[in-house]
Amino acid sequence: MTMSSHLVGAVILGTCAGALARLDTLIVDYRQYPSYPQGYTIHMTLAVIAAFLGAVAIPALAVKDFAAASFLALAATQFREVRAIERETLLNLEDSELVPRGKAYIEGIARVFEARNYLAMLTAFVSSGAVVVAGELLENLAAALAAGTAAGALVWLAIKRAVRGQHVVGDLADLELAPIEFDGPLLTVCGVVLMNIGLEEARQRYLREGIGVVLTPKDPSAKATLANIGQRQAIAHDASTVVGITKEVDEPYFTPLVRRDGKTGKVVMAIVPAERNPEALLEAIRRVPVLEAAVRRPTASVAGRMVD
Amino acid sequence: MHVSITHSILAVITSDEEPAPSGSAVVFRIRDEKERERVAKYIGAITLGMVHDLRNGTYIVVKHG
Repeated sequence: MTMSSHLVGAVILGTCAGALARLDTLIVDYRQYPSYPQGYTIHMTLAVIAAFLGAVAIPALAVKDFAAASFLALAATQFREVRAIERETLLNLEDSELVPRGKAYIEGIARVFEARNYLAMLTAFVSSGAVVVAGELLENLAAALAAGTAAGALVWLAIKRAVRGQHVVGDLADLELAPIEFDGPLLTVCGVVLMNIGLEEARQRYLREGIGVVLTPKDPSAKATLANIGQRQAIAHDASTVVGITKEVDEPYFTPLVRRDGKTGKVVMAIVPAERNPEALLEAIRRVPVLEAAVRRPTASVAGRMVD
Repeated sequence: MHVSITHSILAVITSDEEPAPSGSAVVFRIRDEKERERVAKYIGAITLGMVHDLRNGTYIVVKHG
């Protein structure tokens, strides 16, 4: 076996492994993003380039092409652009959403997209590296490719396990339904004022069709995280995406609001859903991702534990 | 680019007969309760603003962004 054949094999296998890894994470979930062929095209193209960069690094070093290796490191920084592209796209779409995602949620999504490219690159890097090393030791192309495939699969499984640890709102709080009440024009849930609704017919619709939800934080850290305005906006956005809302653009009073009781840290929400299924609404809120930018852990500090 | 005035009072619909000092918001004086709510609703819809009831015979229309 020639030296170059297993290096070429390493690059091809690594690129495929990285691209497959990215494809595996390119899921359309209930957040409906990305859900269009154009979105797939953009992300798969970037993923193949990222995977190629990752796959080529070790073979370049193996032939002592240090210039190529360092150039690749430089090219990798370009992937930071991915985050900017995602952010820009989603920010531009905010005006066309009845219930905006909010900047914190958008930033979270953008970070995930950037990270997934790096994960594709890492998978490609490990898998092509394994082919080069196994090729040196075993002097057999087929065995080296098998080793590369195994290494790629292993690293991908490990990454998926690690990434799956993302928390959801259901981990932070206990959810229950609560009646919507009015104190004059003030819409309240569990005594927390959400908004002042001046029109009687809107108040009647809330009383007839609305659903109130109370989120009780499980610990002080959860309380601090749920206080984040971006996290609350993400809850409102996801809830209205999943169960639907009846709001029209000239009916701002049907915008689902998420408000907090400053004393107890309880978070309440009122929504007039398109489909009146309270259980579905609770499940939708439980599954809202906890935004990285919103996570607070006061209990991890000495002073925070003293307060608790 | 979309530009609009937010977080400020766009209109005041009131039963108050006293002349109001000048300000940025348009003041509508309407004595009849039903008529006041109807006007508030229409102005809210037209401006895409939210109608708030101050409970002293006054509605205000505010655009919240």
